[in-house]
Amino acid sequence: MKQRKINAALLVMAFCGMVMAASVIETPSVLAASAYKIGGIFDSTGPASFLGDPEKKTMEMMVEQINAAGGIDGQKVEAVIYDSEGDPAKAVSAVNKLLHKDNVIAIIGPSTTPTTLAIVNFIEKARVPLISCAAGVEITSPIKPWVFKTAQSDLLAVAAIYKTMQAKGIKKIGIITVANAFGESGKNQLVGQAKDFGIEVVIKESFGPNDTDTTAQLTKIKSALPDAIVCWGTNPGPAVVAKNVKQLKIDVPLYQSHGVASPKFIELAGDASEGIILPTGKILVTKLLAETDPQKKILEKYEADYKTKFNSNVSGFGGYAYDAMLMLDNAVKGSGGDKEKIRAALESTKKYVGVTGEFNFSATDHNGLSPDAFVMVEIKGGTWKLLDK
Amino acid sequence: MQEIIQYLFSGVTTGSIYAVIAVGLSMLYSSTELINFSHGEFVMLGAMGIVTLWVHLSLPLPLAFILTVAGVSVIGMLFERFAIRTAKKHQPITLVIITVGASILFRGLAMILWGKDPFSVPSFSKHESIEIAGAALVPQSLFIVVAAFILAGAIHLFFKQTLTGKAMVACAVNKKAAWLSGIPSERIGVLAFIISTGTGAAAGIFIAPITMSSYDMGTMLGLKGFCAAMIGGLGSLWGAFAGGILLGVLESLGAGLISSGLKDAIAFILLLLILYICPAGLFSAKVAKRF
Repeated sequence: MKQRKINAALLVMAFCGMVMAASVIETPSVLAASAYKIGGIFDSTGPASFLGDPEKKTMEMMVEQINAAGGIDGQKVEAVIYDSEGDPAKAVSAVNKLLHKDNVIAIIGPSTTPTTLAIVNFIEKARVPLISCAAGVEITSPIKPWVFKTAQSDLLAVAAIYKTMQAKGIKKIGIITVANAFGESGKNQLVGQAKDFGIEVVIKESFGPNDTDTTAQLTKIKSALPDAIVCWGTNPGPAVVAKNVKQLKIDVPLYQSHGVASPKFIELAGDASEGIILPTGKILVTKLLAETDPQKKILEKYEADYKTKFNSNVSGFGGYAYDAMLMLDNAVKGSGGDKEKIRAALESTKKYVGVTGEFNFSATDHNGLSPDAFVMVEIKGGTWKLLDK
Repeated sequence: MQEIIQYLFSGVTTGSIYAVIAVGLSMLYSSTELINFSHGEFVMLGAMGIVTLWVHLSLPLPLAFILTVAGVSVIGMLFERFAIRTAKKHQPITLVIITVGASILFRGLAMILWGKDPFSVPSFSKHESIEIAGAALVPQSLFIVVAAFILAGAIHLFFKQTLTGKAMVACAVNKKAAWLSGIPSERIGVLAFIISTGTGAAAGIFIAPITMSSYDMGTMLGLKGFCAAMIGGLGSLWGAFAGGILLGVLESLGAGLISSGLKDAIAFILLLLILYICPAGLFSAKVAKRF
């Protein structure tokens, strides 16, 4: 009984503290009501800069476009962007600056799963909406009220691969995954979802991110007689796997992950890339999409805008920031900068068609995508060919 | 059976790579008593050199090969002149730390120069992989094994047959005595660096087609080469060579028969075991000294 009273007292105190903290945070943003401040944390330099750099550029471009169109509800938007350099500690200091110094109304980013997971507790405590651009399933599962994400999860990539396999009558697969966080997550999804599609994983192998040769692992896989091989990794490992599969004359189809969905992979693997099947975001194959595809127009516009502004090719990664910014734009409209209203509006976002796919957020889904966010492509003659569904 | 042969093939291939790297390390140690932890970075520079000269500038292969080896040797020479010699009054451990620092510097410069993306190099010959007893052998593997033997053989002859080579050995045994008998020990030191980094570059060139070349490929290769040199016995040329092949084969058999997740662990566990049982290495006649 006594314990209960103390707990209740603590709760009341905590609540008071929270209200106070919230009011402390909010006062300056009301005072500086001339512009909506939106924070950005991206790994624009460091090992994950291939993700963070296009995301940062895209966010800057989008803010410019929104302001050129008159801002949100007549208010200008101001972006405050910090570089987390792929380092969770830097992401934490960036989020603290955004929350307490810059008093932003929402945050977009970070770019990778480790940097995102490092800051979610701060976000939940400060009650500011966050839209992450990272892929890890664990960011939005279990659901955290203030955390959303726009990147497709591995979960969906695996589902897309398995759907194709099911259609081709593939029953037994061997998997070879890279020994890092990306490969581990892929392996867990591949093994976890196999049963739902009537597929059996007969052999699991791994390779180091800088391995020069994977023939030993592939020989082992070959002797397990799978119907297909799935390789999960980011360059350059999967290209070595592709070359070794060809050298060993293993005569089963090779599937790769969305981690290698870039022209660089075809360049690295050369002839060995022929016939490889992989899931990818639609941006890689914009030109091949049917005219009726609802995303085609959006993709073409984003590609053209990005190319004219930065004079470099778009990547799907920048698209995560594109979708985050536009959905935030919609959510901030009519909210008057109230964070709870923005959060509620984000959560009720339905049928938003963006670069990455169609988003349908709900109280139980803060990623909002379906496996349709991926298309399956086959590499033919050094370029991508859409696989019929 | 067929699998075992395949494991052996891939083991000998990777083993030959380790062997060439180990030979370069060991050779430098036996003439200057210095372990160069940036050796892997010179392998990387060799691979990146061939990417630039052969793939991007499309020079003929032999010319690109010579230019790359020469260029990397010059870098090795400058490294000796400006980083090692200026600090040579200090303890050997200081010099070792300098080489560790240099490896970070080389990696950083390579990242700025070539970017973070890996590069692919085509095979030296267009032949299909050869099938022996059901196991596939890539022609590039043959190139690597042959190149490893030629390099090790050439260094062996150099030490045993030429006056300069013998002078180099003399410098290693006793620098002061060598100097007293008229051997220019400083020039010999530079030469040792040039040869060692040159073989490193050659290793990089030969492995580029079977692996991918990127700025961070050197670290692991350097470590494995060091492992191989220790297994064989530092300072022993053929010991380092055999250590490399042994390491490659055991790694490949370990990955195939036990678990691929343990591939790197096997190499390092092996190193610990061998250093515990026989601190001088498997093939070293000499007793381990110094340090």
